[in-house]
Amino acid sequence: MRYSGFKVIKEALTGHKGWTPAWRDPAPQAHYDIVIIGGGGHGLATAYYLAKQYQQKRIAVLEKGWIGGGNVGRNTTIIRSNYLLDGNEPFYEFSLKLWEGLEQDFNYNAMISQRGILNLIHSDAQRDAFIRRGNAMILNGADAEMLTTEQIKARYPFLNTDDARFPIKGGLAQHRGGTVRHDAVAWGYARGADGHGVDIIQNCEVTGFRIENGKCLGVETSKGFIGAGKVGCAVAGSSSRLMSKADMRLPMESHVLQAFVSEGLKPVLPGVVTFGAGHFYCSQSDKGGLVFGGDLDGYNSYAQRGNLPVVEDVCEGGMAIFPAFGRARLLRMWGGIMDMSMDGSPIIDRTHIDGLYFNGGWCYGGFKATPASGFCFAHLLATDAPHPTATAYRFDRFEKGLMIDEKGMGNQPNLH
Amino acid sequence: MIIDHPLLGPRDSAEFTYMGDARLIDRPDPDAGTAAQDFYEYGYLRDNPAGWHDELWFHEAGDRSWLVITRNTLTHEISKVQLARDVARSRGRSK
Repeated sequence: MRYSGFKVIKEALTGHKGWTPAWRDPAPQAHYDIVIIGGGGHGLATAYYLAKQYQQKRIAVLEKGWIGGGNVGRNTTIIRSNYLLDGNEPFYEFSLKLWEGLEQDFNYNAMISQRGILNLIHSDAQRDAFIRRGNAMILNGADAEMLTTEQIKARYPFLNTDDARFPIKGGLAQHRGGTVRHDAVAWGYARGADGHGVDIIQNCEVTGFRIENGKCLGVETSKGFIGAGKVGCAVAGSSSRLMSKADMRLPMESHVLQAFVSEGLKPVLPGVVTFGAGHFYCSQSDKGGLVFGGDLDGYNSYAQRGNLPVVEDVCEGGMAIFPAFGRARLLRMWGGIMDMSMDGSPIIDRTHIDGLYFNGGWCYGGFKATPASGFCFAHLLATDAPHPTATAYRFDRFEKGLMIDEKGMGNQPNLH
Repeated sequence: MIIDHPLLGPRDSAEFTYMGDARLIDRPDPDAGTAAQDFYEYGYLRDNPAGWHDELWFHEAGDRSWLVITRNTLTHEISKVQLARDVARSRGRSK
């Protein structure tokens, strides 16, 4: 069923009796050409592009819980492509371009809103760094604009640009950045994949891989063995747990990242704003809630909940730049498990096991990458060659010293 | 989280900096023939288990000691806290 304005009106006039489930609930078949493990944004996007773009058949997505219940439903919904390094920026710009056409492509309203992202600058050194970053973005075909304090004042009149401690000296804006309704991304990709014949199998946990003579033949699951020509893993924070079943140790740690939303307010914050003197970023959802976040808790965790010191730290950052927001009450807070890699950049690559492919290490930047991650992983699974924008995301870059370390932090995952 | 420091008693975990898997105590032998591979694995690969995990915490805002803490990554429960120097010496380091 294709969604359209005409369809909505027709259903409204006929008692809404014509709507059908957005995707099927099939039982698993004994064998698929390609099995994707992980029914999150990246796994569903991979299946969608495999079926639609790369014309692959007999594809299944296996999800241990319900689709979209992990990080695609736990992030702060921001999309942007304001990266610096060559290995990253073309990939994230590819992703932003896919976001721009996504709703028409998969015929689903994901409420993509290019309201712009603004990185505030508080020192001369930071201005130099952001000018360099903006130039790198422009060189890779992205948009970037340095805003003066006056331009920022016009857009955000309530910001105190003359603060004694953290004066606002300007900002790096990416006007094509913005926010997306994150759950709708999972649902849109699921519906699109299902429409192209992909089996989305929920409540099906992968318990092991069947590997013989260095070749992956399929996966053991809570619903029995499922054979596969190729297996692609896209399970984010659970990457190390899953790949340990194939006796692999990964260059990553799993960390908890908290996010927060306030009670609904009248429109106050038109775009996404990041504080440059602390780790704090904020946007306002279409429902009116202020959505914000900051640092990782900083220790290995699979608990999907964090601790109070980081809550305090994030709120202090918020109060430093938006003191007025201190009057809003916190409505909800939650945690997601981040697959923090050793250089802060992801991996989309084959493993040493024939037929087993890996997508992970997204750190806390996975949501904005969803379309390109799915596209590039689909490209790899379909063609056995990396997509041109993802050639740097190799497993062996750590061994070869080809790290893509945006922040220059070294192999300390909780600092990326 | 409250960390029961062996010398100082219960302390807020916010005083500490997390420094990763306690296997980092076991630095490879730089003179071994396999040193390049050993240091790659030492520097970059982690077990990252869901469950009990021995890990290094540095008491940065306290007495600057390094601890080996046995903590459950699923529940954040801490079952054991040791001074890292004791652990290292028990493994034959710093003779």
